[in-house]
Amino acid sequence: MTDDRHVWTVSVLTARIKERLEAEFPAFWVEGEISNFRVSNAGHAYFTLKDETASLKAVLFKGKARRVRFEPQDGLHVLAFGGLDLYAQRGEYQLVVELLEPKGLGALQLAFEQLKAKLAAEGLFDPARKRPLPRFPRKLGIVTSPGGAAIRDILQIISRRFADLHIVIAPVRVQGEEAAGEIVGALHDLNSLGDLDVIIVARGGGSLEDLWAFNEEAVARAVAGSKVPVISAVGHETDWTIADFVADLRAPTPSGAAELVVEEKEAVAELVADLYDRLKRVVIQRIARHRERVESLARRRVLTDPARPVRDLERRLDELTARLAAGLTAARREARHRALLATNSLLSHSPLARISSTATLLEQLDGRLSSGIRHSAERMRHRLRTAVGQLDSLSPLAVLRRGYSLTRLPSGEIVRSGRQVGAGSEIQVLLHEGTLGARVTEVRERDDRPQV
Amino acid sequence: MTDLKFEDALARLEEIVQTLESGNLPLDESLKVFEEGIRLARSCAKYLEEAERKIELLTKDEAGLLKTQPFSLESGEEEGK
Repeated sequence: MTDDRHVWTVSVLTARIKERLEAEFPAFWVEGEISNFRVSNAGHAYFTLKDETASLKAVLFKGKARRVRFEPQDGLHVLAFGGLDLYAQRGEYQLVVELLEPKGLGALQLAFEQLKAKLAAEGLFDPARKRPLPRFPRKLGIVTSPGGAAIRDILQIISRRFADLHIVIAPVRVQGEEAAGEIVGALHDLNSLGDLDVIIVARGGGSLEDLWAFNEEAVARAVAGSKVPVISAVGHETDWTIADFVADLRAPTPSGAAELVVEEKEAVAELVADLYDRLKRVVIQRIARHRERVESLARRRVLTDPARPVRDLERRLDELTARLAAGLTAARREARHRALLATNSLLSHSPLARISSTATLLEQLDGRLSSGIRHSAERMRHRLRTAVGQLDSLSPLAVLRRGYSLTRLPSGEIVRSGRQVGAGSEIQVLLHEGTLGARVTEVRERDDRPQV
Repeated sequence: MTDLKFEDALARLEEIVQTLESGNLPLDESLKVFEEGIRLARSCAKYLEEAERKIELLTKDEAGLLKTQPFSLESGEEEGK
């Protein structure tokens, strides 16, 4: 059999394929989802790009990987730019990636979101980590470009509002490849000075690309690790960087950062000034009040007429003396009066007094008696005379005068009946004039006189 | 005076002002406290003014040691150009 067959070796064939492949697909964009992403010890990244029905091996060499701004990871939908390469030893072709971009988001945006999520998960944005600004900042560090707009704005605010700050500027480039490393170094240097109260990390406005250094992980970690509180002031108000999230305070602009620093100090200075004023006012008022009191007291008579109280006392003394004297007199008078009363009482109770009064009474009685007696005697005499008159008219003597006589026994008993006597009885016969002694010679009981 | 002492002095000053404003102290006592307050207020104000008014640029010498030099905006701008 003739052997006119042309037989290639594997190497030759592979070389032919490699040549064709590489010539046919030198550079192109391809779109797919990353899977099996891994980084070798040498720093090269290997992964597979795939869609629903096909897959493509890809390599991102270390040198190119540095330029990729985000973290390639499984599941990411990317656009890759590169060329095909055939690895002869294994008979495998792969895409050698020159550029890698996330599909949809920009690479930087993705990188930003990725780092943000990572640091947030580590707790670097935790509000509890935020330190308050010092109330009395005296030494301020600024990390920025010495020729940029940021430093100009900051210094302007500080010199306009409150100049008494010691400012140390750590000059850095704020954009480009070297920026992040310089910023990290500057933060370290300022911390090592040891006497700063606060650090501002500042940059004027720019594109996301321009501000990129402040989205670098190294910068974020340096800000988070600073012993001195850090204010981030990057770009404009709408620009947020990772440094802003990590910093103790985010200022919307560099000017804003300066104002924050100055405001605190101004607030304290104002507080001190206010306290000083209040202190003085209070004491001045207090003293004025006391002066008023003193003056109003001074106007009182006791002070305008110092002798007055003495006079008052004298007057009072006089008055008391007078009252005392009066009191004594009254007491004496009273005593005398009482003595008198007592004496009178005594006298009135004395036997002499009683004797005297009795004597008086006697005298009176005597008087009354004498006059009574006189009176009575008069009356008696009158009665007597009357009686005598009557008696006279009734007197037997008067009858006697008319011739009758009265016979009496020697005892004086009037003889009215013959039976009172017997013959021989002595009798007395009373005549109108004189008396007769006689003796009864006869008694007749019955006589011949007419009976009346 | 350190920041901490400054804080204490400020707190004491505030306390003194409040006490005086409440008017509960006898006059001689309040004058004593007032003097202390004035002293504190002056030293607080002095402390705040003590900060040096200067602007420096942080640099490193050949040995890598930190040093500072005066900075002015004009020279800074020139450097930046």
